[in-house]
Amino acid sequence: MYNSDKVIIGIIIFVLFFSMPFWLNFGRAKALPKPELPADSKECVESREYMRAYHMKMLLDWRDQKVREGKVYYMNSQGKFYKMSLQNTCMKCHKSHEKFCDRCHQTVSAHPDCWRCHIAPEEVKNVNK
Amino acid sequence: MSISRREFLKLAGVISGVTVASTVGGVLIGRGADVLKELGAEDKPKTIRWAMAIDTRQFKSDEDFQKVIQACHKYHNVPNIPDPIRQVKWIWVDTFERAFPTLEHEYISEEVKKRKFLLLCNHCDNPPCVRVCPVRATFKRPDGVVIQDMHRCIGCKFCMAACPYGSRNYNFYPPREFLGEINPAYPTRSTGVVEKCILCFERLDEGKLPLCVEASEGKMYFGNLHDPNSPVRKVIAENIVIVRKPEITTKPMVFYII
Repeated sequence: MYNSDKVIIGIIIFVLFFSMPFWLNFGRAKALPKPELPADSKECVESREYMRAYHMKMLLDWRDQKVREGKVYYMNSQGKFYKMSLQNTCMKCHKSHEKFCDRCHQTVSAHPDCWRCHIAPEEVKNVNK
Repeated sequence: MSISRREFLKLAGVISGVTVASTVGGVLIGRGADVLKELGAEDKPKTIRWAMAIDTRQFKSDEDFQKVIQACHKYHNVPNIPDPIRQVKWIWVDTFERAFPTLEHEYISEEVKKRKFLLLCNHCDNPPCVRVCPVRATFKRPDGVVIQDMHRCIGCKFCMAACPYGSRNYNFYPPREFLGEINPAYPTRSTGVVEKCILCFERLDEGKLPLCVEASEGKMYFGNLHDPNSPVRKVIAENIVIVRKPEITTKPMVFYII
């Protein structure tokens, strides 16, 4: 290889520069989102781990089952029944989407358009004034 | 193939018989019992086909109408837009002439012609809005309710052009700005979608009556058209009923008792 010393140094500088965000922030997870959990209820429709991983899939399933198939209730893994409704089941406990949903969604840059139509109890107060 | 004179006459007789029968039964006006027979309501007792009958004789004052309309519009967060061309309505009131434009020339009493009628989506058995929707947002459920999946609507307004009853409205304005008070139990809509009456399908699934029927205090009847004992069947069979624009064969499921 011609000019190998310069090329290799160049490659090392290039790699270090491009991986800068990783090693600069290594060990300090500063921007972890802190969604506000409801104070008055301890358990969600499913376990915390399941909800973290699959809440988006569950919400889409609920939407299709309720609107398209005319089903009303969802049975969770414990055999408990819940009404399939974003505003009347989820938002009964998670009263504000700004303090719960949006905090993680902003961090991971996800922009679901639920709240263009659906409305959370705390936002109702803001709109009604 | 040759046909004997006798067979030809037989065939001609059958054909003319069928023609007369279908002409007589082909119009959805007249004795309620005949209307039901034509819809084939009696043949399928185990299936569900929701239908509504409105007793127009009992709606007298403006208050009677407003009670029903407000019950629906308040719950479903229907915006109150002052612009008459771009307003949004799920259930509204109009004159006989405008509600039944093809029937106005008939010999009906002056009192009926001056009566006001409560109008809403007819939840047609043969809904034109469902056929034209390019994204299948509007669809007919197995129980006959025509609803619209707001998640899918792209606001193309084809359904508005297809609906012969003017039951559909487009959200030209952001609806939340025209709501006095928002009901947190039901979503609002966003600008750019079409909306209409959904016959309270969520309440039907839970075994409750639609809000308008509940608020009308006995002036509206609701039930399964396939069940001979349902209130709507009884009231249709006992009275003279009309539907809106029967000649275009959409088979409306909202019956008006005259």
